Amino acid sequence: MLTYVVRRVLLLFPTLFVVAVIVFALAHAAPGSPFDPNPDRPLPPQTVERLNRYYGVDRPLYEQFAMYMGNLVRLDLGRSLVQDRTVAQIIGQQFPVSAQLGLQALFLALAIALPLGVISALRQNSAIDHGGILLATLGTTVPSFVVAIFAIYLFGLNLGLVPLVGWGTPKHMILPTAILALGATAFLTRITRASMLEAIRQDYVRTARSKGLSEQTIVVWHVLRNAMIPVATIIGPATAALVTGSFIIEWFFAIPGIGREFVLSINRRDYPLIMGVYLLYALIIAVANLVVDIVYGLIDPRIRVSK
Amino acid sequence: MSLLEVKDLKTQFFTRDGVVRAVDGVSFQLDAGETLGIVGESGCGKSVTALSLMRLIPQPPGKITEGSIMFDGQDVLKMDDDDVRGIRGNNIAMIFQDPMTSLNPVLTISRQISEALELHLKMDRSEARRRTVELLELVGIPSAKKRLDDYPHQFSGGMRQRVMIAMALSCNPKLILADEPTTALDVTIQAQVLQILKDLAREFRTAFILITHDLGIVAGMTQRVHVMYAGRIVEKADTGELYANPKMPYTWGLLRSIPRLDEVRKEKLVPIEGLPPDLISPPPGCKFEPRCQYRKEICHEREPDLIPVPNAKPDHEARCWGTQRVPGGGWLVDLDWQSEIGDMAVLEQIKAEVAQVAAEAERATPGDLPPGVSQKEGI
Repeated sequence: MLTYVVRRVLLLFPTLFVVAVIVFALAHAAPGSPFDPNPDRPLPPQTVERLNRYYGVDRPLYEQFAMYMGNLVRLDLGRSLVQDRTVAQIIGQQFPVSAQLGLQALFLALAIALPLGVISALRQNSAIDHGGILLATLGTTVPSFVVAIFAIYLFGLNLGLVPLVGWGTPKHMILPTAILALGATAFLTRITRASMLEAIRQDYVRTARSKGLSEQTIVVWHVLRNAMIPVATIIGPATAALVTGSFIIEWFFAIPGIGREFVLSINRRDYPLIMGVYLLYALIIAVANLVVDIVYGLIDPRIRVSK
Repeated sequence: MSLLEVKDLKTQFFTRDGVVRAVDGVSFQLDAGETLGIVGESGCGKSVTALSLMRLIPQPPGKITEGSIMFDGQDVLKMDDDDVRGIRGNNIAMIFQDPMTSLNPVLTISRQISEALELHLKMDRSEARRRTVELLELVGIPSAKKRLDDYPHQFSGGMRQRVMIAMALSCNPKLILADEPTTALDVTIQAQVLQILKDLAREFRTAFILITHDLGIVAGMTQRVHVMYAGRIVEKADTGELYANPKMPYTWGLLRSIPRLDEVRKEKLVPIEGLPPDLISPPPGCKFEPRCQYRKEICHEREPDLIPVPNAKPDHEARCWGTQRVPGGGWLVDLDWQSEIGDMAVLEQIKAEVAQVAAEAERATPGDLPPGVSQKEGI
C-alpha cells in the first residue's frame, strides 16, 4: 500500500510537467498579449516594446518555457504581469477562500444527497423519491447564475435576510454555499439513487434475504457499501471541481476567490498567473484522484492493491 | 405428516404486457429428509417455484396469487414477515445458481456465513467464527481457517459454490432448495459440488429440492423427479421409474437432449423443436401441444389433468391425453418409447446411477451425525 502511494505521488511530477507544457502552449497560442494596447489608456509603442523585452514575452516560446520551468523548480511561480503581486501571493490569498466555499458546499451537498439518494431508492416512486428527482433535475438543468439572481433578489433584496454580496461573515457565506452546493447535490443524489437501485437488485441481496436477515440489516450491510463504490469515485472529481472555485458564484457574490481570478487572468493573458493556477488545479485533481483510489480500495476488496 | 406440502401454488408477474403465469397450479409434497428433483427448460417456472416457497418473489411485479405452502404444519403464505424471516436460512435455505454474483463482493466469507448463525442460532461472534471454520471444512475448503477473512473474489467458482452450500447448511435447515447449483460451474467441478451437496444433505438429514434443466444431473441425486413445463408439473415419478418408463413426450424430449461427455458424438444433440409458450397467453389445451410430435385434436381443445398413468408404478402421474385411458386419449400407452428416443446408452448409464442412489439411501442409517453438528429438535 505504501509503495503504491509513493509511486502514485512520484507520478504526479510527469503529470504536472505534461500539464505545464499543454497549458503553456495553449495560453500562448491564444492571440494577443498582456500588453495589448488598451483603447482607454494608450501606451506608446516604445513602452510596449520595453515591457515585452522586460518580461521576456518577445523571446521564442521554448526559451520562455525553459525560463518558466527553471523558476518553477525553485518553487518560484513568478510575478503577475498585470497585478503588483507574485502568483504565489495571489494563490495564497485567494485559494483558501475558494477552498472554504467549495468544502462547505461539498459537505452540504453530501449531507443532503446521500440520505436523499438512499431513501429515494428504498422508497421508489414515493413522494420523497419524486421530490429527490425534481431536485436532481432542477439542480442539473437550471444554471447557477439564474439561481444566484433569484436567490439574491429573494433572500437579499426582498427579505433582507442575508447581505447581497461580499465575503467574510457566516451570513455572507449562506447563499453562495447553498447555490454552489445545488449542482453537486443534484448530481450526487442521482448517482446515489442509481447505484442504490443497482445494488439492491443484485443476486447477493437475494442471498442475504434468503438467510432471513431483516431489510434494515440488508440495506446497511449488504447494499450500502456496494452502492457507495460508484459514489466514492465521483466525490473525488466533484471535490476538485468545487474547491477550485466557481467563476460564476464568485463573480455574482463578489467573493475574492481563485475561480474568478483564474478567468480574469486568461482574459488578461497574464501568463504566469494562468500557469500557476492551472498547475494548482492539476495538483488538486491529481491528489483528489489519488485519495479516491485509496478510499476505493478500502471499500471494495476486489481492487485492493496489496495486503 | 410431510415436511412440505404445496397445494395449487400460483405465482404471477404483473407486467406491462400482461399477467405472466409463471407458476400455474403446482402441487407437490416432500417428506423430511427426502430429495426431489424439479426439471424443465428455462422459463418453465422451476426457479419461481423455489423462490415462492421462501416468499422471495420480488413484489411488485410478482405475487403469489393462490395456493398454500404448508411447511412443518404452518402455511408460509399466511405468516407475517417476521415469521417468514425466522424460517429463511433457519429452516429452509437456498443455494443459488450463480456463485459469482450470489456472494456479496465486499464482505468476507466468514461474515457471510456467520451472519445467519448469529441471527438464527444466537451465537456470539467468536462462536459463529468457529462454527464457520467447521462448515467450510465440511464442504472441503482447504485450510479453511486461513481463508475465513478472504473475500469471494479470492475463491474460484467451485469454491464459492461450496461456500454457498456451507451457508445453506449453517443453521442445519430441514429443507434446502438448490436452484441450478452447478449450471454456472464447469463440468469437472459440477460433479464434485453435487457430491458434496448430496453427502452433506444425507449426513444432516436435510431434505432438498434440486432444480435443474438437466435430467442427467437429477439421476444420481434425488429420489423423485417432477418435470415442469409452462408453470405446471407435467410428469411426476420416482427417479428410477421416470428413467425406466417415461410417459410424457416432453420428458422424452428432455431425455433425448442429455449431452454425453463420455463418448465421441456421432450425431448432434437433439433439441426439442420450438420454444416454450408465452406464459402471458398460453395455448388453450395442453401447453406442450404446439411442440408435440404426437399431438391430436383433443390436445388442442382441452388441457389434460395430472393423473396416474397405466402401465406404470402407482405414483407415476402424467399430464398428457396420449397416456391416459380416457375417451379420445391413450394413443401413447402402448408406444415403445425406447425406439422413439433412439440412443439408449446414456439412459443405461443413468439407470445404473439411480440404482446406486437407492442403495446409498438404504445404507445411510439415522443417528450418525457429523462431528460438531447438533441435531435440532423435531427432525
